[in-house]
Amino acid sequence: MSIGKYEDLNDMQIDVLKEVGNIGSGNATTALSSMVGKLIDIEVPKVEVLDFNDAIEAVGGPEKVIAGILIRINGDIDGMIMFLFEQNLISLIEETFFGDAPPDIFSLTEAQMSALTEMGNIMAGSYVNAIAQLAGMTIDVEVPVMTIDMLGAIMSVPAIEMGEMGDKLLFIDNNMIIDQTSIQSKMLLLPTIDSLDHLLGKLGVA
Amino acid sequence: MGQKLIVGISDWKVGRGDDVLVTYALGSCIGTCIYDRTTGISGLSHIMLPDSTAIIDGHSTRMKFADTAIPDMIDKMKMMGASPSTMRAKIAGGAVMFQTSNSRFNIGERNIEAVKAVLSRLRIPILAEDVGLNYGRTMTFWAENGAVEISSTIMGKKMI
Repeated sequence: MSIGKYEDLNDMQIDVLKEVGNIGSGNATTALSSMVGKLIDIEVPKVEVLDFNDAIEAVGGPEKVIAGILIRINGDIDGMIMFLFEQNLISLIEETFFGDAPPDIFSLTEAQMSALTEMGNIMAGSYVNAIAQLAGMTIDVEVPVMTIDMLGAIMSVPAIEMGEMGDKLLFIDNNMIIDQTSIQSKMLLLPTIDSLDHLLGKLGVA
Repeated sequence: MGQKLIVGISDWKVGRGDDVLVTYALGSCIGTCIYDRTTGISGLSHIMLPDSTAIIDGHSTRMKFADTAIPDMIDKMKMMGASPSTMRAKIAGGAVMFQTSNSRFNIGERNIEAVKAVLSRLRIPILAEDVGLNYGRTMTFWAENGAVEISSTIMGKKMI
């Protein structure tokens, strides 16, 4: 049976997607962890199927200022990976690369932005490679793009692209924890509805 | 005492008197404020996409698209007693949030064109606009005088 809307997913399919998130984000976090030399954990992933406004609330609220790194994926899965990095994670990455961190999110230099984008690139590659191996798929990642702005404006990008298909957004939400402190930085996997069907089929729960 | 009316994504609301209408963090979406200066009846719409006719899915809300949301909101304003001939518009949004070489994703520009086309068809003049570029905008609209404030993380606040 193929799903026509994100709302049609059953409990077993949701559980499988959580596991997909677990494996993908586990791999991505390992990459981050080895780069910055800190123990980084992930919370149990959540699979959210929400309307656009609730989706934005769920990741922090519309006017929260955050660094968003968007990586489009295509191949056997089409969609996006979105990283939402907060100040404390940004500082940690910048300290690793440059020895010091910017005072705030608005004072990032060109080189510091590139470092974050590259981190996003490495993590997205790790994330999709894990899923690709698990499901026997080929998934390509595009060049990451980054911006610092209000969360609502950043999330409008996936909302608009997925919004052509329906009125809800599906994302697998992976929250990172550093040194036992939840840093509220997130990795979101947002597959299109067709890709979701394909993925669930490959994993035997279509 | 007026109310603060929060307009979500893919939503519109109508107020009057000392109501204040707010929509947060417009990215590529467009906020359209319509103010009838004779009655003070005012509407704010937050659309995501230009054209409902291109979408096959019948579930989609009419509030999501420029071509359905804005005429519906104006109909509601007319039902409340507003006069289309004295309506004026201010629009904001339509940014490109992520710079990519792929123009397929330049939905902001298409949204700007669609909103302008709808307003032109309905003969509602655009008094002010703050559109395009690459940053998010929050729009606050005072129904009593048609004033609109745009705030963004980079540019701060300004009235249009």
